[in-house]
Amino acid sequence: MKKVVSAPYLIWMAIFVIVPLLMVAYFAFFKDGHFTLDYVANVSQYSNIFIRSIWLAAIATAICLVIAYPVAMILSEMDTKYQGTILMIVMLPMWMNFLLRTYAWMTILGNNGILNQFFGFFGLGPFKMLNTQGAVVLGMVYNYIPFMLLPIYNVIAKIDKSVLEAAQDLGCNRAQVILKTILPLSMPGIMSGITMVFVPAISTFIISRMLGGGGNLLIGDLIEMQFLGNSYNPNLGAAISLVLMVIVLLIMTLMNQFDADDDRPLI
Amino acid sequence: MKKISILSKLYLLLVMLFLYVPIFVLIVFSFNTTKSHSHMSGFTFDWYVKLFHNKLILRSLLNTIIVAVTASVCATILGTAAAVGINSMKKIPKAVTLNVNNIPVINPEIVMGVSMMLLFVFFAARMNFEFGFVTLIIAHITFNVPYVVLNIMPKFRQMNPNVYEAAQDLGCSPAQAFFKVILPEIMPGILSGLMMSFTFSLDDFVVSYFTNGSQAQTLPITIYSMTRRKVSPEINALSTIIFLVVIAILVSKNIYERKSAAKKGVKL
Repeated sequence: MKKVVSAPYLIWMAIFVIVPLLMVAYFAFFKDGHFTLDYVANVSQYSNIFIRSIWLAAIATAICLVIAYPVAMILSEMDTKYQGTILMIVMLPMWMNFLLRTYAWMTILGNNGILNQFFGFFGLGPFKMLNTQGAVVLGMVYNYIPFMLLPIYNVIAKIDKSVLEAAQDLGCNRAQVILKTILPLSMPGIMSGITMVFVPAISTFIISRMLGGGGNLLIGDLIEMQFLGNSYNPNLGAAISLVLMVIVLLIMTLMNQFDADDDRPLI
Repeated sequence: MKKISILSKLYLLLVMLFLYVPIFVLIVFSFNTTKSHSHMSGFTFDWYVKLFHNKLILRSLLNTIIVAVTASVCATILGTAAAVGINSMKKIPKAVTLNVNNIPVINPEIVMGVSMMLLFVFFAARMNFEFGFVTLIIAHITFNVPYVVLNIMPKFRQMNPNVYEAAQDLGCSPAQAFFKVILPEIMPGILSGLMMSFTFSLDDFVVSYFTNGSQAQTLPITIYSMTRRKVSPEINALSTIIFLVVIAILVSKNIYERKSAAKKGVKL
């Protein structure tokens, strides 16, 4: 009988999740009621944008991993009393609206920004930093690094300390302990961290617009332009969205290969 | 417990600098007398005064709160009922439902926004309504519900299924048993789902961007249009206020949690 109470939810999800996705598929494959592959085929015109998006998102994900992993390890080695507080301090910037955080970088990287002032002090520059791919990657790293840190920290904090001691007793030095116990045991955290950074990074359109100028369009910008921008074309936009979804699904399936643990926390 | 080495501390400090310097730059220049973002020419509170006289910003702040409260409460009710139902489902329908539940979680936000926009455009053309609060709140409920469900489901797993039957054996009606036994058990999940939904709604830009009308601009959308047009230190003032509010909330939450943890410790 209790099953009935979930009916409103099921109807809601059907109307507002499933149907809209089916509409995306319909717009991508049908032109005036006739099946067509034109739109999907047209997506290939934008392969340079796809490649750029995947490339920049991959670099940002790698940088996030390299920066966040040591932080997670240092945190987990701290006195448990302080772990929560430090974690809160690290996460706090994430609670600011991400538009404001990205806007902050706009003012720092600009040609008359703080950084160029700083370089100018030493007689260097001004360097063009805003409106470059580097700025876009920086924005991605800055915005999404907490998504890498949290899952890794959650996994490392749960590792049984006696396993590490056992490794040391058996003759491992510090580097070997990290390579042979912590790293393999934290794999599930790394995998979910990679997905949680890569997916928003590849589909962003704000970061690329604010920090990349007009010249570094990403998939997200392309989709947005088809729906709200100048080149109004919902069919093409739907086709691009569909391809983006396929890319994301592929990445997630790939990452899940390494990660059979169902019990991990969501965030 | 091992001492943390100087090198590790230094590294943490560097990461913290990376995370905080941009925010402090924003805050410092909110007090600047000119609009420059690199030269401090004097100290003033003018931008704060201007901010509080900016009708657009105040209006969108109000809109944001209306949308976040409505959407998170609706999502919590819908999601709680859903979790109760899903919990008593058989294995396969349960797995299918939970997979559908995950779609908004894993789907890129922009695809969520675009797909709902297509749906709303379709209905707007046929049923003669405009984009606005209704579409915005529907969209927010949709991306919030899955998180409510995901927060509550583990509570069911931790619960002893026999207590519900025991309550009925002791004379409770099924409804009484639900409110007296199950609801208190899953309450922490419901509350964290509510909080999560509320913060997601407050902060959401991408989905709102595609589903709001001109009548229902939320704060993130106003911020976005402000950063597109001429850059005014009012944004910096706004950031400073938001940052202080966030700190206040997180610190009080932390203190509260510590206190309640200490209480529990005494009881045990």
